[in-house]
Amino acid sequence: MSLEVLGISVLWLFLFGYVIIGSIDFGAGFFNAYSLITGRNHILTNIIQRYLSPVWEITNVFLVFFFVGIVGFFPKTAFFYGTTLLVPASIALVLLAIRGSYYAFESYGSRGHKGYSFMYGVSGLLIPAALSVVLTISEGGFVTVIDDQPILDYGALFTSSLTWSIVVLALAAVLYISATFLTWYANKAGDSAATSLLRKYALIWAFPLVIAVIGIMVELRKHNIEHYNRMIDFWYLFAISAVMFVVTVWCIAMKRHYGVALWLLIGQFAFAFFGYGISHYPYLMYPFLTLYDSFTNQAMAIALVVAFVLGLLLLIPSLYLVLKLFLFNKDYVRGKKDHHA
Amino acid sequence: MVNEHAVFFSRLLTELTLTFHIIYATIGVGVPLMIMIAQWIGIKKNDEHYILLARRMTRGFVITVAVGVVTGTAIGLQLSLLWPNFMQLAGNIIALPLFMETFAFFFEAIFLGIYLYTWDRFKDQKKHFLLLIPVAIGASVSAIFITIVNAFMNAPRGFDVVDGQIVNIQPIIAMFNPAMPTKVGHVLLTAYMTSAFVLASIAAFRMLKGSKHIYYKKSLYLFMKLGLVFSIGTAIVGDFSAKYLVEYQPEKLAAAEWHFETEKGASLLVFGLRDGEDVKYAIRIPYALSLLAHNDPFAEVTGLNEFPEDETPPLYIHFLFDLMVMIGFFMVGVSAIYVIGKLRRWRFIHSRWFRWVVVAGGPLSMIAIEAGWWLAEVGRQPWILVHYMKVAEAATSSDHVDLMLLIFCVVYLILGIGSVVVLRRMFKRNPIEKEIADRHAEKGGGIS
Repeated sequence: MSLEVLGISVLWLFLFGYVIIGSIDFGAGFFNAYSLITGRNHILTNIIQRYLSPVWEITNVFLVFFFVGIVGFFPKTAFFYGTTLLVPASIALVLLAIRGSYYAFESYGSRGHKGYSFMYGVSGLLIPAALSVVLTISEGGFVTVIDDQPILDYGALFTSSLTWSIVVLALAAVLYISATFLTWYANKAGDSAATSLLRKYALIWAFPLVIAVIGIMVELRKHNIEHYNRMIDFWYLFAISAVMFVVTVWCIAMKRHYGVALWLLIGQFAFAFFGYGISHYPYLMYPFLTLYDSFTNQAMAIALVVAFVLGLLLLIPSLYLVLKLFLFNKDYVRGKKDHHA
Repeated sequence: MVNEHAVFFSRLLTELTLTFHIIYATIGVGVPLMIMIAQWIGIKKNDEHYILLARRMTRGFVITVAVGVVTGTAIGLQLSLLWPNFMQLAGNIIALPLFMETFAFFFEAIFLGIYLYTWDRFKDQKKHFLLLIPVAIGASVSAIFITIVNAFMNAPRGFDVVDGQIVNIQPIIAMFNPAMPTKVGHVLLTAYMTSAFVLASIAAFRMLKGSKHIYYKKSLYLFMKLGLVFSIGTAIVGDFSAKYLVEYQPEKLAAAEWHFETEKGASLLVFGLRDGEDVKYAIRIPYALSLLAHNDPFAEVTGLNEFPEDETPPLYIHFLFDLMVMIGFFMVGVSAIYVIGKLRRWRFIHSRWFRWVVVAGGPLSMIAIEAGWWLAEVGRQPWILVHYMKVAEAATSSDHVDLMLLIFCVVYLILGIGSVVVLRRMFKRNPIEKEIADRHAEKGGGIS
């Protein structure tokens, strides 16, 4: 494997991590706010708070890891994406700032504050929408280079149906992933009222997910035939993903094997996410930027890989400890003990 | 093609983000160490008050950490959004510490989550204490890595330029650049110092507001002692920083000191008003600048006139320098008087006016942090990467930076007010007297 491919694979893996745990996080915030407003908070709030509280900051680091890493391995992305993403990325930053701090204000400061919950619930849902625009831009056609400066065509971007189908996919995926995860979590906690409500949410959001995926394929064929054809070449990855999706939905509909459903959900998104990534290769942004012409120098690449391996040695046991203490600890999950500072 | 408009607003937005972020970042680096020390003393002395101090600090800390994390994310991404040309260049040479910082950050985030939710979960307090160590290390190490990047901007090393191409890149040499030791030392020590004085300030304020509880006396004394140690450390490293500047960035020191002509036995000017090169109303300390620069009162100090005018920073940094140094010495004095007074039983250190001085120490230290960072950043002008790239060449060409500035102003305002409101409410609802009484009731005795 070349250093270029190794670098992007590592980054893509962390971005995948962010997609999954970020989705759980953002969706949970939304469900929490929604249930507060509709007066059903007694069912969901406990479950959601117990999962979210110890992990929200970790979620954020996955994102930071990705954008710091991509500038490290592919410095030229700072120029192309940095210049063109000023507005969309700033909006995402604003939302992340509101979301992160109001989450902390609500859960560590004033538990159950409706205004705060609403702020972070809504801003959390808008973050994936704002971030998903980056994927749209990477498909090319929205950036032109004038006088050596890349310029984003906002008009074309916001009137493109590709943009909006990707936004819909992002939203549906967030809510679907989150609801499926929380169904498993609530079931594990032995909270049957929360399980049955979250299960319903999971089934509801499975449907728009399918529509959005079909929509994107149709739009992508019109927009970037090269990428579309590459995706067709890798049809088997997407087929595996689709099968996993069907089985997940079946499990949830039949009210059984929630653990299996959760693993299949992760598998489904892993295959789709990596299928997308592999078919995008070698472009980082069509048609200006590839892995190879944006790659850093040999010395830095090796230094980054060494740092990464050493970092993982620290990270993996620590993450294991978190999972052990909070996700797989029965007493904690069931809320038997409160050890908050 | 330089877009002047974009350059101007990019500078403004970066200044705004840094100015806001540094408040929370300083607390974020310093407070974990303070929590650690308090909890350790609590375990050692078997004194519940120090344990409670640690616990209450932790509660407040998560609020400031949240704002620190999100504003840190903002500055991290804004580097690429506002300075894409710089990041494209710097990414090739200095990406390593930036990348490692995210690991330190990961480490800190993970253990903070665990630490926060495992109070009283372990029978042995020491086990819980151990979980805090990675938090404090992670916080300080991320500060070290980020400061290394800033040091690199001041003293770029670890590469060669041949025919306009960057070659022979050595990431480790780039990290251990000449600016790194003093900068890292100064940033860490001032973060510890400022955190200690902010916490002392809170304790003194509660006492002025009528709380007589021994808890506040203990915490005030603890933080004044810590503040004294770290402020002395800060002064020593500050002196080394001046020596660094003489050697590697003499124009920065000369501008900060309004030292125009190269001369031997140079005197140090404190404040003053400037008309061209004439300085009026300044306090003039003979030989002090030579002493500061070379440890020798008769040594020669290079003046600002030796440098091309378009490569020197704005002269108002003189005031930033003076403000920073003055507050630093003032805090050494205040904490020294308090600690000595405590040992020798001087009564005036318990008077209302002296308490108010201690209260002022918290905000003053934070002002010194701001002045110091402004001095560091404005003092590097016009360069973003000294002698390699100017700020104007580094900025984005996008036209929408002014609008983004406006949006971020609003966001920081919301976050700033929000965090203060939440913190005040948190501690008002649960004052120490109440918390001790509650614990007492729960356990059925043990704490007075």
